[in-house]
Amino acid sequence: MSMMSELEPEALPPEPAEPPKRVVGRTPFQLAWARFKRDKLALVSLVVLVLMAIFALMAPLWADWTGHPYDQTFPKTALDAAGQPVGPGKDFWLGADQLGRDVLVRAAYGARISLVVGILSALLASLLGVAVGVLSGFVGGVTDTVLARIMDITLALPYLLVAIMLATTFQISSVTASLTLTILVIAFFSFASFGRIIRGQVMSLKQKEFIEAARSLGASNTRIMFVDVLPNLIAQVTVLTSLLIPTSIVFEATLSFLGVGVRLPMPSWGSMLGEGSDVFQTAWWLLVVPAVLLLLTTLSFNLLGDGIRDALDPRSDRIIGKK
Amino acid sequence: MTAGTAGLHAAAERETLVSVQGVVKHFPIKQGIVFKKEVARVHAVDGVDLEVRSGETVGIVGESGSGKSTLARCVTGLHPVTSGRILFEGTDITKLSGAGLKAFRKDVQMIFQDPYGSLNPRRRVGSIIGDPFAIHGLASGAERKKRVQELMELVGLNPEHYNRFPAEFSGGQRQRIGVARALAVRPKLIVCDEPVSALDVSIQAQVINLLKDLQREFGLTYIFIAHDLSVVRYVSDRVGVMYLGRIGEAAAAGDLYERPRHPYSAALLSAASIADPDEAERAERIVLIGDVPSPIDPPSGCRFHPRCPKAEERCTVDEPELEVKEGDAADHLTACHFPVEPGENLAREHAGIRQESTEPELPEVEQ
Repeated sequence: MSMMSELEPEALPPEPAEPPKRVVGRTPFQLAWARFKRDKLALVSLVVLVLMAIFALMAPLWADWTGHPYDQTFPKTALDAAGQPVGPGKDFWLGADQLGRDVLVRAAYGARISLVVGILSALLASLLGVAVGVLSGFVGGVTDTVLARIMDITLALPYLLVAIMLATTFQISSVTASLTLTILVIAFFSFASFGRIIRGQVMSLKQKEFIEAARSLGASNTRIMFVDVLPNLIAQVTVLTSLLIPTSIVFEATLSFLGVGVRLPMPSWGSMLGEGSDVFQTAWWLLVVPAVLLLLTTLSFNLLGDGIRDALDPRSDRIIGKK
Repeated sequence: MTAGTAGLHAAAERETLVSVQGVVKHFPIKQGIVFKKEVARVHAVDGVDLEVRSGETVGIVGESGSGKSTLARCVTGLHPVTSGRILFEGTDITKLSGAGLKAFRKDVQMIFQDPYGSLNPRRRVGSIIGDPFAIHGLASGAERKKRVQELMELVGLNPEHYNRFPAEFSGGQRQRIGVARALAVRPKLIVCDEPVSALDVSIQAQVINLLKDLQREFGLTYIFIAHDLSVVRYVSDRVGVMYLGRIGEAAAAGDLYERPRHPYSAALLSAASIADPDEAERAERIVLIGDVPSPIDPPSGCRFHPRCPKAEERCTVDEPELEVKEGDAADHLTACHFPVEPGENLAREHAGIRQESTEPELPEVEQ
């Protein structure tokens, strides 16, 4: 009997007096941002990267404040009596290198190169990867076969050998030209793996009924590509690009370490590591400063990329689930 | 002209809107890494004739893999046909391209099975329903918004939900969004590909009644594909039964359910659930032996013969024509050499002919 009465409408709890809470529709971006904000590690990484960007932007200011332009040597103050570089101190905050240049100023200029090359080549690679991947996956047939094989060939090329070959062939001496070439080389060797993932995504999207629905409405291929396919790739492209940036930064450092990246005297973390490795036994800061900066930057980008992936992918609810 | 007179008008004339003539759709199975070679073909639709008259609902039933959905996609022009003709208002749509095809797409719309897959999750409902206006350049800006909201109201959605994403709606509401999108361009024919099979039973009834109301109001013609026989009976004027890419029997809905002539239709109907438990107790089910043979290499003669309780030698070689059998109405067509007689109990029959699986041996198909 008590069971019965519970089912009767009279037994239901009275309606709450206050007006019902309005359900506010949120865009996918708002939802992603709400998830992202809970990821402390990603937030810290974002802060580190912002600081790194400020450090890089302030490069000329560091040079002004210390009075040490990046390409000038200060043999009197920077080198001791034995000709060894001085360590971190009052004049040279992060020490000097073996030619008597300020490591702090050079590291700041190196940060510019790393961030610019990392971000630009990752963007270029993702642009190229999306274009090739979408075309390959969407058009299919012979186009797909040709493009997919080109991507396979690109992945099979030994990139360091090609990069060294290009650098020796073109004998570039200007900083801008070498910067451009470095960005192009990195983008060329990164787009293929990107394009392959996008191609797979597009092929699976193509099977979705909403693509068929658009087609039956009379939408053109171009419209389907831009209205239905590309917006559904935003999450993947964002995640892949953010994870491609640290890879590109390391790629640039590798090329500059080997002397085929950005030309001297423009400093880059990679070339600083290369120069410092000769004398690191007496001057540890020559290796530690660029290495720590490189590590911090790439680690932050990776953690940020993970955070973005967790935020954009509704299936990975582990951050929310933990709380 | 009011909606009521439009309905009467269509009922009086009942001119042919769609005529499917000998339509064949084969999907090639290709293998090879660089040079793809065709190794076999799936006979999805294999010679179907169908007439759909203006204002009526033609139901198509059949098991999974019988080619229902492929036929639907051929009629809407989503799949190019391998051979045969599909006349829509007298024009062969299989040869259309460019502007002609776009105009045809305005007249024929489709409602899809999966209410989750058929709406782009990244777009707002307003722009999804407004898509047909954008594609055909019918309305833009405030005018488009007004018409989209009218459509939302028409299908029973709250027009204020214009800016929501599909994920914020339930399955039934999403199917209503699909219906609104299909209605936007005022099509003449709507092909419904299992529009309710993904929904709860209570929601199914709502969506079906919505479709029936809209048909009355706008004089729509439906091709209604389903595997649920009671749903098809409820909505259809005429029903076609498909088996392995061919139509086995076609008749007025009541006629087919009362007097099925093809053994396959009889077996299908005997498997349908009956609401009355006493009746269900009495009903004897015709249990078909084995699975549907592979459409890659369909059986010779009558496609149903390996599973047919009435099959005889002739059925294995001679393919039956779809024709009017003795004692049937003029629109009751059956493709069978030995049609079921009224009162005959098929459950007691034993097949004279058995055939092993026709699945051909294929090497691993590379994706």
